[in-house]
Amino acid sequence: MDHETCVEIESDADMVAARAAGRALAERLGFSRTDGTLIATAISEVARNILVHAGCGEILLHDVHERDRHGIVVVARDCGPGIQSVELALQDGWGSSGGLGLGLPGARRLMDEFTIESVPGDGTTVTMKKWRARDPLERLRREREQREQVWA
Amino acid sequence: MNGQKPSLPTPPLETHEIDAELLPKLVAYLRQMSVELREKWVSRISEAQLLGVMSPEEIFSEVKAVYDNYVDALETGSVESLQAYARDLSERIIHRGVETHEVLGIVLLLRDVLARSLFLRYQDDPELLDRILDSYEPAANRIAVTVGVSFVEERERVIREQQAAIRELSTPVLQVRDRLVILPIIGAIDSQRARQLTEQLLNAIQANRAKVVVIDITGVASIDMTVANHLVQTVNAARLMGASAIITGLSSGIAQTLVDLRVDLSTMNTVGDLQGGLEEAERLLGYKVLHSDPAPPDRLA
Amino acid sequence: MSVPILKQGDYLIASIQSALSDSEVLELRDDLAERVGQFRARGIVVDVTALDVIDSFAARALRTIGSTAKLRGAETVLVGIQPDVAMAMVQFELDLQPLHTALDLEEGLAVLRRTARGGDDDGP
Repeated sequence: MDHETCVEIESDADMVAARAAGRALAERLGFSRTDGTLIATAISEVARNILVHAGCGEILLHDVHERDRHGIVVVARDCGPGIQSVELALQDGWGSSGGLGLGLPGARRLMDEFTIESVPGDGTTVTMKKWRARDPLERLRREREQREQVWA
Repeated sequence: MNGQKPSLPTPPLETHEIDAELLPKLVAYLRQMSVELREKWVSRISEAQLLGVMSPEEIFSEVKAVYDNYVDALETGSVESLQAYARDLSERIIHRGVETHEVLGIVLLLRDVLARSLFLRYQDDPELLDRILDSYEPAANRIAVTVGVSFVEERERVIREQQAAIRELSTPVLQVRDRLVILPIIGAIDSQRARQLTEQLLNAIQANRAKVVVIDITGVASIDMTVANHLVQTVNAARLMGASAIITGLSSGIAQTLVDLRVDLSTMNTVGDLQGGLEEAERLLGYKVLHSDPAPPDRLA
Repeated sequence: MSVPILKQGDYLIASIQSALSDSEVLELRDDLAERVGQFRARGIVVDVTALDVIDSFAARALRTIGSTAKLRGAETVLVGIQPDVAMAMVQFELDLQPLHTALDLEEGLAVLRRTARGGDDDGP
């Protein structure tokens, strides 16, 4: 992990900052402009989820690297009442307030991986990942870096 | 991480390894001997038949610059300016076909030429010579690695640029007339290429202020669920940007597949062949096509 | 920062200048609803060129602008959706009914003139 950013979510202006931070990190990790927009949009939804259901929380952004791919990880944590039924929350049309309950299911469609953990009374954590294929040259360079680390 | 400007971490030369008293001596000697040593280096380069694509004058002027940068790097312990020069040099010579082994070869030759001259200078005092070489060798090796890596990184960058250019060439978006673009898709489509096609088409809509796009898939042999859905998404995205999309050249096989896959085509405007698609496009743009042989065809707004 | 709304003939033009927070989106929605009545506008163009994200909340507010205006006899055109934003919206499966869409302001005004004549509807 080389990059890590945390954005506190307490007001709707913070959502704008979280979107911008997500886009900036995506760009640094070599995602296309379109992918950056998908990521920023998904962040917008989970940030709103924090505000509407818990009132405050944080969004943590970091990178992740595997042999054949790079990824961005978005973790949205709140300390609200938790979600009664995670399955229900992921169905289109669910939601007691806000955007017609499209938020979380839509965010899931924009990202490659999406999980929700919720303990009633103890907050909700949404973790989302998006991957980018690593081209062969990048893979070689990464392997070389790892070899150098072993030697060093 | 970022593909744009690849760069390995380059820690400064470990100057503490170089004897504080010996370093200035060594550098002064190499500067004093520079003309002679450069000539020796050039002759070793031509003996080894390296840099055959460059003229002797070019080699001489690069040799001077590399030598000076090299000695500077020894003196300051910083390889940054040498690295910058190596990148710049690489950019100039890569297109002329200079190979990695040539670049590594000439840097190693310089290392050898300098080592030999140090040997000759200090051979009468083996203990001092030992200390001099202890200082010199790690620094020289680090420099060789820096130059070699800079060259390879520059070459990777060039390859990457060429790959991007080829990808773009394989999916041309053509402007046929004002406000009308065509995207002819030929060959196999996987989801990565489909994504790329979409991005190019949407950018072309913006750049050409297109109102109608014709996507011709006559040259596509088969299609799967992912690609079919991508096609639907592309059409919908084009519409959000204010452009109508027409799909042409659906083979009966693909049409069958789309029906079998239950892809929702209700939002799609499909026309049998490219010719028909263009006529439909012109109708949408408000043109009337008159078949008026032998008088030249005319368009009325 | 509120979004400036200009009146041009029978039309209202709202040009969004930068990324908007949820409350600014709602403010725009309410401002437009008020102005449509006040000026008896026949059409609205909302220029979203500067929006780098249109999520479910923004889409819903924009749809509401369109529905409210329609009840008062005005059509709404969204112009300037960027290529990457368009892609995100379709992957999200966001719907923009009953809004029309067009490439830019000029095209948006042309769409309004066409719908006023009862011409073909090229909304999403």
